[in-house]
Amino acid sequence: MDALAPVIASTLIAGTPLMLAALGLLVNERSGVINLGSEGMMLMGAITAFATTVAFGSFGLGFVLAAVVGVVMAAFFAWLTIWLGANQVATGLALSLFGVGASAYLGLPYAGESLQPPQFAIPILGDIPLLGPALFRHHPLVYGAVALCIAVAWFLGRTRPGLILRAVGESPSSAHSLGYNVRRIRLAAVLFGGMCCGLAGAFMSLVYTPLWMEGMVAGRGWIALALTTFATWRPFRVMAGAYLFGGITILTFHMQAVGVPIASQLLSMLPYIATIVVLVLISRNATWIRLNMPASLGKNFNPNT
Amino acid sequence: MLRLERRARPSTLMAWCSPLLAVVLTAVCGAILFSVVGKDPIASLRVFFFEPVKDLHGWSEVGMKVAPLLTIAVGLSICFRANVFNIGAEGQLVIGAITAGALVLWLDDGENGGAWMIALALLAGVAGGMAWAAITAFLRDHFNANEILVSLMLVYVAQLLLSYLVHGALMDPDGFGFPQSRLFSDGWLLPVILPATRLHIGIALALIAAVIGWLYLSKSFSGFKLQVGGIAPMAARYAGFSSRSSLWISLLISGGLAGLAGAAEVMGPIGQLTPSISPGYGFAAIIVAFVGRLHPVGVIFSSFIMALFYIGGELSQSRLGMPSAITGIFQGILLFALLACDVLIHNRLRWAR
Repeated sequence: MDALAPVIASTLIAGTPLMLAALGLLVNERSGVINLGSEGMMLMGAITAFATTVAFGSFGLGFVLAAVVGVVMAAFFAWLTIWLGANQVATGLALSLFGVGASAYLGLPYAGESLQPPQFAIPILGDIPLLGPALFRHHPLVYGAVALCIAVAWFLGRTRPGLILRAVGESPSSAHSLGYNVRRIRLAAVLFGGMCCGLAGAFMSLVYTPLWMEGMVAGRGWIALALTTFATWRPFRVMAGAYLFGGITILTFHMQAVGVPIASQLLSMLPYIATIVVLVLISRNATWIRLNMPASLGKNFNPNT
Repeated sequence: MLRLERRARPSTLMAWCSPLLAVVLTAVCGAILFSVVGKDPIASLRVFFFEPVKDLHGWSEVGMKVAPLLTIAVGLSICFRANVFNIGAEGQLVIGAITAGALVLWLDDGENGGAWMIALALLAGVAGGMAWAAITAFLRDHFNANEILVSLMLVYVAQLLLSYLVHGALMDPDGFGFPQSRLFSDGWLLPVILPATRLHIGIALALIAAVIGWLYLSKSFSGFKLQVGGIAPMAARYAGFSSRSSLWISLLISGGLAGLAGAAEVMGPIGQLTPSISPGYGFAAIIVAFVGRLHPVGVIFSSFIMALFYIGGELSQSRLGMPSAITGIFQGILLFALLACDVLIHNRLRWAR
């Protein structure tokens, strides 16, 4: 049983960046905009957070600046797609390619450096045997992500602004004729997505693996995008999916550690293959996807025509 | 203030000028970037746009980068025109390199080789790339799985597979444990077409691919059906054009060409299988395809520009003391610039009070 606590603990940590990014992208997509730039925004968030923390010694500042970088990149994406009407898929790809290149460039002086993250523990709860190390000794953002999930679910399902945001995603022209500013609402959703991806990247380089390595996000931005589809755009399903994928990643580590006679490269393929398998299982039912997908997803809206 | 005003009809002139404008804009952004980090912007831009092509050797090196970029971008142009977003050309390239490389390692006895054998190995690369793309096509066709995400995930799988093979089955037994295969013998390497340089026949194959791609899109019925499906899916369905066959054709063509590029890389400049055989050609080719207006002849121009960025990035390491990762930044900026300039196809700028 004692072996279980670290497995649960590391699953929660591995799932957190996926959940943060996917929740941001979920809100983003619920407004009708798909941003394929998540991988790039996460990488830029990761290097920004790492560089800031090395320079100023403050983990908090690292997280804040990573979020700011995510928002700035998302704002640029929003300007191109929402105001200039550029293709969302192509612009998102450009954002990812740019983020991959720019983070590799900015990160060169930090290659191989590592940080010593502070330890956290919730008083009293953290001392419970088994449960304490498994659940109550994590970075605050691990709990923050859970709180964010509840908040997003409440916002989208129970509040008026959430309803308006969903309306914009389903039928921007109806929302427009009711007098809502479709562009501004979409901008807000895209900026939120950028912030979450920036934070997710910061979590990668400051907490999950506290070091910088080129391309360290390793496709998690894309997996997060796939997660929103698996979850049929529902926040709690995103949480379940994120922990499932966190668990798969950790499983591969543990299999390597106990010496399962499978090459490490083949084990490392598992999260990617799992993504494809789950995507196939979910997408198989085309009607179900169509019913759940925001109807205007990926389609630009121009209020002047 | 400058305002955007919608044109009555899209401007053909701007459709052609926008890529040129984007290149100029990228150069301007690059100059600003260089001045920010304290380099002389003019001297820096010379490294990117002039130094690579100042002599024959430079041209041949650029040509070696054009070869894979152009080969892949021709396939992607066809794919994107059909509205099939194959983002995983990098993975198809890697698999093409593996199948071609494995075939060479299996047959190569140091004596044989020659034109027919090389052609066979290149075909193995094409088949490998096609097979890898076929996974994406099959999952899209039968299970409606998003081709962007599937093809992208398969890139990571392909790279890990290559790493697995060069650490294991295909590793050079006399290589002191280095993760790479043995060197291919001379009979299995692509012939050099420009004496005293490294420029190999891959560039000719790429140009042939561009011409055939152009003929396919503009002269064949199959190519026509494919494009109608991309522009107006409803019209295509009404006309009875199968969207399934468009999906398969476009993915197989682009996968096969990416596989060919991978095979030509390992049988050309690299000469063996190593863990990293492509500096992101498959992703750069996406930008090349868009900047080349998804036109097989247009991509000749844009792959040349992209090749300059690659060589410029390598040169800037020695000339400017800048890391070669700068290439990636330029690539991103170029695509952004193009997307921004494309706005002018449907809109015009007006001074308004």
